[in-house]
Amino acid sequence: MTITSPPGQEVSPIAAPKAKNQGGGFLRYLITRFLLIIPTVFILITVVFFLMRVTGDPITAAMGGRLTPDQLAARIHEAGYDRPILIQYFEYLGQIFTGDLGRTLSDNRAVTEVLTTYGAATLELAINAVIVALLVGIPLGLVAAKFRDRYPDAILRILAILGYATPVFFAGLILKLVFGVWLGWLPISGRADWETELTLTGLQSPSGIYWLDALRSGNMQAFGNVFQHALLPALALGLLTGGVFLRLVRTNAIGTLGREYVEAGRSRGVSEFRLTTKHAYRPALIPIITVMGLQIAMLLGGAVLTETTFEWSGLGFKLAEYLTARDFVAVQGIVVLLAIIVAVTNFIVDVVAALIDPRVRY
Amino acid sequence: MTTPTMSSSAGSRFKSLPVISHLRMSSGLQRGMLVAGLILCAVFILSALLAPLLAPFGFAQSSDASGDFPRQAAPDAKFLWGTTSTGYDVFSRTLFGAQTAIWVILAAVVMSLFIGVLLGLISGYLGGWFDRIMVVLADAIYAFPSLLLAIVMSIVISQGQSSLFGGIMAAAISITVVFIPQYFRVVRAEVMRLKAEPFVESAQVIGASPWRVMFTHLLRNSTRTLPLIFTLNATEALLTLAGLGFLGFGIEPTAASEWGYDLNRAMSDATSGIWWTGLFPGLAIVLTVMGLTLVGESMNDLNDPRLRRFSRKKAQRITQSAQSGADK
Repeated sequence: MTITSPPGQEVSPIAAPKAKNQGGGFLRYLITRFLLIIPTVFILITVVFFLMRVTGDPITAAMGGRLTPDQLAARIHEAGYDRPILIQYFEYLGQIFTGDLGRTLSDNRAVTEVLTTYGAATLELAINAVIVALLVGIPLGLVAAKFRDRYPDAILRILAILGYATPVFFAGLILKLVFGVWLGWLPISGRADWETELTLTGLQSPSGIYWLDALRSGNMQAFGNVFQHALLPALALGLLTGGVFLRLVRTNAIGTLGREYVEAGRSRGVSEFRLTTKHAYRPALIPIITVMGLQIAMLLGGAVLTETTFEWSGLGFKLAEYLTARDFVAVQGIVVLLAIIVAVTNFIVDVVAALIDPRVRY
Repeated sequence: MTTPTMSSSAGSRFKSLPVISHLRMSSGLQRGMLVAGLILCAVFILSALLAPLLAPFGFAQSSDASGDFPRQAAPDAKFLWGTTSTGYDVFSRTLFGAQTAIWVILAAVVMSLFIGVLLGLISGYLGGWFDRIMVVLADAIYAFPSLLLAIVMSIVISQGQSSLFGGIMAAAISITVVFIPQYFRVVRAEVMRLKAEPFVESAQVIGASPWRVMFTHLLRNSTRTLPLIFTLNATEALLTLAGLGFLGFGIEPTAASEWGYDLNRAMSDATSGIWWTGLFPGLAIVLTVMGLTLVGESMNDLNDPRLRRFSRKKAQRITQSAQSGADK
């Protein structure tokens, strides 16, 4: 398999699509698109590495005030941070290939271990939030499209803007205040009670996604507890993304509702409800899949803030902790992992979009 | 029939200014949204400008002649919106927060506009290897969570915490790096399209230098959509600033007032039912972002004739004038 076109043109959505789509086009698209992950991740790793080193070595940043200059120099020499930066860079690249991201400075754990321990929690939060976003965004978007430019539409559009305008941590604060403190209905922090947490982490080969583990072990009490804890964070993060979905579904459904085939359906006597939910709905969903890929980046950024708000011990929560401790080795590791996740998700999304809509393949 | 746009009086020039002309075009719901947005923006700008006059206390003032301020005091006559856990007046801090926000937004948008447009022009017009590298780089950065990039940048610039000017610049530069790819992509796409137009070719034929073609012929034509990106980016800049502040990566509380940082401090207050320390800075963020978004959205809709809505009276007038024009 030879890739004839330079990568720059393939990456760019601006570049003109290849004119012809011969047989095997999908496989070719798949491979080209997969190979494009490599430069993206490579660039991000490089950018992050050099940016973090421009200002100095991680040890001075983390321990600066606490060690004498001699001790500091010894530690720096020991860790190899006094060598030329290019040598360090290539060594770092080599380490990444072997799956080693170094050890954190503040609590001396392997960065990979931190990632596997806390990654599941972030994944759980992201899944929950996407579920909330879809449940809110799609039906309300259809309603808004149906009642275009009338009051339901106006109200929903303003609500969608409100969803976008509210930072997740402010939404979280209000939710905590209302449902946690004043009404006392829901817990305000953590992923589960400590008892439940003990039970769930004690399971054989836990996935780390609590509700999945609780369901697998059939422990409904644990599931209830996990659900209660998950509700507010999922709402805070999900409503943000839900607003984006709502607007997207609205715009696309307005487009499809005006098509001839919908009009034809109407003349055949198909009910308005069915027209909206069946005929106009499906084609309006395709762009959502593409946008979901772009939303992953926003979702992960939001997850960092949501986790800090609700003391949800995932990657974002740890990231904030390491940032405060000025532990830049750990920060770099988490950032690199998130970059890879974003790149891979975008790949999957593009492939799914290509499977659904053949026009995307080029 | 005479076209009113031909006259060059000061009045019509005023009427063709971006926001004014949009306001005249709009009607009904659309006008309502635009006006609401403009009012919110005006409140934001006014509170930033007049903060020193309106605020009863300084943003980092925790005592006056009558002694130390109470901590976490509920709103009353002296402290309109209560005080924080460090004894600062919430009302004053919220007002001064608008100042910080406006500086960061302006600095970030202006910087990213300059750099992004310049790179987009050069990359799109010259093409070649420079273009390819820029596109890959811009795509990589564009796909990355902007908050994380901003965090990395603020570590680079200020090691996380800093003074008023340093903090504002750190936040602004962090946000700039995130925004450059957006301007770059828009301008580059436009330049690629315009490059094939006859007026560019004729300029090349008469021997204009690449720089002249870029800056006199392409620049003005490729930047028409930018005001819309401006309002969207202003909101994103504000949200990123607040996010950085919330994570403790913003400006120190004694150097300037920043809404995100105040919300961070308010988090622990909320668990004991204290609502005023978080509610007001939070609402300030929400309302400012809403105002900017409403203005941006309305302008976007009004620029697109398919989305423009006329009032019944206006629609009638248009059809009538079209008919009378056809009669002549």
